[in-house]
Amino acid sequence: MDFFTWMAWTWQTGLFIVAIVGSITLMGIIEIFRPGGSPKHGILGLDTTRGDRLFISIIGFLWINLLWLALISAPLLGAVVVGAIWVALVFRFV
Amino acid sequence: MAHKTENPRAWLFVAPVLLLVAFNAFIPLMAVINYSVQESFGNNLFFWHGIGWFEQIMNSERFQATLLRQGFFTFIILAIELPLGVAIALTMPKKGFWVPVCLVLMALPLLVPWNVVGAMWNIFALPDLGLLGATLNGFGWEYNMTSDPFDAWFTMILMDVWHWTSLVVLLSYAGLVSIPDAFYQAARIDGASRLSVFRFIELPKMKHVLTIAVLLRFMDSFKIYTEPFVLTGGGPGNSTTLLSIDLVKIGLGQFDLGPAAAMSLIYFLIVLTFSWIFYTLMTKNDPM
Repeated sequence: MDFFTWMAWTWQTGLFIVAIVGSITLMGIIEIFRPGGSPKHGILGLDTTRGDRLFISIIGFLWINLLWLALISAPLLGAVVVGAIWVALVFRFV
Repeated sequence: MAHKTENPRAWLFVAPVLLLVAFNAFIPLMAVINYSVQESFGNNLFFWHGIGWFEQIMNSERFQATLLRQGFFTFIILAIELPLGVAIALTMPKKGFWVPVCLVLMALPLLVPWNVVGAMWNIFALPDLGLLGATLNGFGWEYNMTSDPFDAWFTMILMDVWHWTSLVVLLSYAGLVSIPDAFYQAARIDGASRLSVFRFIELPKMKHVLTIAVLLRFMDSFKIYTEPFVLTGGGPGNSTTLLSIDLVKIGLGQFDLGPAAAMSLIYFLIVLTFSWIFYTLMTKNDPM
């Protein structure tokens, strides 16, 4: 237990780590069953694989939350909703 | 490649690197994320603070001013160093005795450590003793880097151009010498002008090395710390306090771990996003 208290880990950070590592692992597992990364030419004119789409959606999600804090202020519930819509759009159209 | 043999033992050889990266990159990054959501009062006591620090940083005028300053610095650096580097590379000889001489001369500034560059330019720019400062003052420009923000910026940019243009030169030169002679011969037969040789032969062939140059110069100038810190210490006032200097002030000077962690994460996100945009735009039309 000392190991966790020493670096002051919180379960929220743990959740974040699990989410990031989990999504990358998920990409790996999908790649085993459907190799090739399902390349696509999306509306931005970019050739993306599903890993690229994951990257774009995470970066965009974080920016939406940060800009929400700068322009509208907490709580972030609205930003999470907008972010979820963004992620869905990226995976569908980019 | 028709068939690749797979050997699961390969994973075993990768394992030490994985462990090393986990220990020196992944866990520290996660620790920063961990600190960014907490308030610390020293004595290793931490209290949950949620997204408060992010809200504070995103609305802080100090952060916005620093970010603007940093963006301005990086923009000027790129706008000067890239054209200048390509121009110098174009004038360098392609063969003969002068090639190694030019290359060594170009590589020299890159070999000087950052803090030495800062100290060198600090002395060089002293208004009474330094060669640069004394000369400029001799010409009647009341140059004083430590009291005039414009002079401080002028010196800082000159220093960075001196130190890092060589990198762009060497990369562009490597791109240029890899162009086969046949391209130039064909251009001569077609009666192409010097400008169109540059536009349609040299520039496309240099595209990949220039992508690297833009990325390296963007990232390095955006996270630059030692040189301006030794040169001006962020002054006069706050006029040359770039992002990393401000970050060190908050994190190590004031020991505000939470705000510093939140700020460095925002900083990281900015660098990551811009690097991705540059890379994507410049390799967009290449076959994958």
